[in-house]
Amino acid sequence: MNHTFVILTVIAYLASMGCYIAFLYSGKEFTGRMATLLMFLGLAAHYVSLLIRARGTHTVPYHDLQGSMSLFGWLLAVTYLCLEIYHRQRTVGAFVLPVILAFYFTSYFVPDHPSSVSTPHGVVFALHVTLSILAYAAFALSCVLSLMYLAEERFLKMRRLGDVVWRLPPLELLERMSHTSVLVGLITIAAGTALGFVAVDRLPGQQAYFDPKYVVTLVVLVLYAAYFQLARTAAWRGARASKLCVFNFVLVVLSFTVVNLYLSQHHRYF
Amino acid sequence: MELVLVGLNFRTAPVEVREKVSFSNEQAQRAAEELRTKGILEETLVLSTCNRSEVYGVNPNSNRESANALSLYLSSFHAVRPDMLNPSLYHHYDHDVVRHLFRVSAGLESMLLGEAEILGQVREAYLRAHESHATGPVLNRLFQAALEVGKRVRAETELGTRPMGIASAGMKLAERIFGKLNDRSALVLGAGPISEQVISQLRDRGIGHLYLTNRSREKAEEFARRYNGKAIEWGQWGVALKLPDVIVSAVGAQEPLLTKPMIERAMSARGNRALFLMDLGMPRNIDPAVAGLYSVYLYTMEDLTEIVEQNRDARQGEVPKAESLVEEHIGKFISWQASVELIGVLDVLRDTLKQRRAAFLEERLTGVNHFSPQDREHIGGLMDELIERLLLRPAERLRAEKEHRKKLQSVEAIRDLFLSDREKL
Repeated sequence: MNHTFVILTVIAYLASMGCYIAFLYSGKEFTGRMATLLMFLGLAAHYVSLLIRARGTHTVPYHDLQGSMSLFGWLLAVTYLCLEIYHRQRTVGAFVLPVILAFYFTSYFVPDHPSSVSTPHGVVFALHVTLSILAYAAFALSCVLSLMYLAEERFLKMRRLGDVVWRLPPLELLERMSHTSVLVGLITIAAGTALGFVAVDRLPGQQAYFDPKYVVTLVVLVLYAAYFQLARTAAWRGARASKLCVFNFVLVVLSFTVVNLYLSQHHRYF
Repeated sequence: MELVLVGLNFRTAPVEVREKVSFSNEQAQRAAEELRTKGILEETLVLSTCNRSEVYGVNPNSNRESANALSLYLSSFHAVRPDMLNPSLYHHYDHDVVRHLFRVSAGLESMLLGEAEILGQVREAYLRAHESHATGPVLNRLFQAALEVGKRVRAETELGTRPMGIASAGMKLAERIFGKLNDRSALVLGAGPISEQVISQLRDRGIGHLYLTNRSREKAEEFARRYNGKAIEWGQWGVALKLPDVIVSAVGAQEPLLTKPMIERAMSARGNRALFLMDLGMPRNIDPAVAGLYSVYLYTMEDLTEIVEQNRDARQGEVPKAESLVEEHIGKFISWQASVELIGVLDVLRDTLKQRRAAFLEERLTGVNHFSPQDREHIGGLMDELIERLLLRPAERLRAEKEHRKKLQSVEAIRDLFLSDREKL
């Protein structure tokens, strides 16, 4: 059953990506609408596959790397669709879908080892993890948007306009979209972190402990807050802020991989 | 119902002739009224731009004499001798009119292939004619379809995406940075023809604030009045440069007018918000070193010309796509026209047969006295019913005919076989 939905998800995402790329080149409104519709279908199938997987393993998707990455892909797709609808801009889809697909595919190729660390349960904890992964997804999206900004800005500066530049969103819109995405990430990471402390506090007999993840998360939060503020100042607005956004995301990736796998005792896969 | 078009354009007429035959809005309205009151056309629309003057109409008679009458009317309206005008005129009928108009609104008949302005001009001409009741069901349908074709061609092909003129290329580039320009401001240096082209493009894109400056204050003020802008004193760069998001310079100057330190100061005053500069002067008006400044985008005449050249090749490759869209809409229009024609011709045929039935009964029953008036009415009713039954099957078959051209051919065959020349009108 889950296998069927996995295939459906892959087909819908691939078809959606094809339509987004075709839309980028042709600008046909119909193709753009099809891309969004297929993305919705992909999201629905992806959600069902996550649900079946969670029921099958009697655990939430973030107790193993597979589930965690798949959930990340799903939340990235949700964040992107919200942004697409809010800013009425479809051309970004062609650049975001490959990232979503990469996470989705990778989640099925990585070893299926559930975390050996015993993790707490409950609604507060579930919200803590979901909001944290949503924040990472929003930061990933802002990174894609910033990379698009930097590429388009370079093309315009160098006066090298290929076929695609005429179809890309205007620089200032990319900047606004990136701000929106970072704002979503900041709110969710702040709320997610606060809920994490509440969840730990509720654990019976839990001793206070130090986890390097706290420090890294705090640094990520401060750096994104700095980006959000600096991107409005004269010295940083434009390309510099976009570079900072990309740099911040490198740190998020490190937090998601190196810190989780090798340094943190309690944040194995989220 | 036959469509007719008489006109001239940049391919058929030199600029001297085009100037003489161009219509102002008032002239277009007057001509449309006169053509209808004189019975030359039933519905009329005049499309007049700097590159073309065309009169579209619905011919009240199904013959091609109205085109000649239209040519004569154009000569007399503009007081141009027919022997001077006629060689420049082209005449199109029916489907060729549809094809021609659809190609015009798609930008395929424009001097700059795919230019966007023509679609706006077609829309304005249609709205004016529609408001003055010069158009009717046929031209309304035709022009609505033409606007749809124009929109689709621009949305679905690269013809609309890639700008073809220097000024429009510059504006498109500014839109790559700022998005829509309606909440932006622009400063134009100079008041020559190039500046005017740029101002016109800025106005078409609904620029929020337009500032103009020129060595001659009077000229700047004249432009400001004409284009609803604000004239700024020449040389007050400290104030002038911090206001706009777009700066266009097209003046004759031996030394650069805008230097790197000037733009640096302007960028600092505007908090490093992006600035787009178009240098259309020869020699250059803006120091090339400005291009290296943060968030400053400088394009010279040379850069824009190169972009236009690249786009020209790319646009040429898009022509087949645009043409297939045009053909698709021609098919739709012919289909609509065929269904309208079918209803019309069947109504005329029914009326004609009933009239002949009445004449036939009148002739044959003269002197037959044993039929009462009720009997005669009853016989008439039966014959009418027979006519309806005889018409039912061909009408159904024609309605069910999928191929538009075949449908139209059948309609024409009915007209030829059953209707007299007078009845065909």
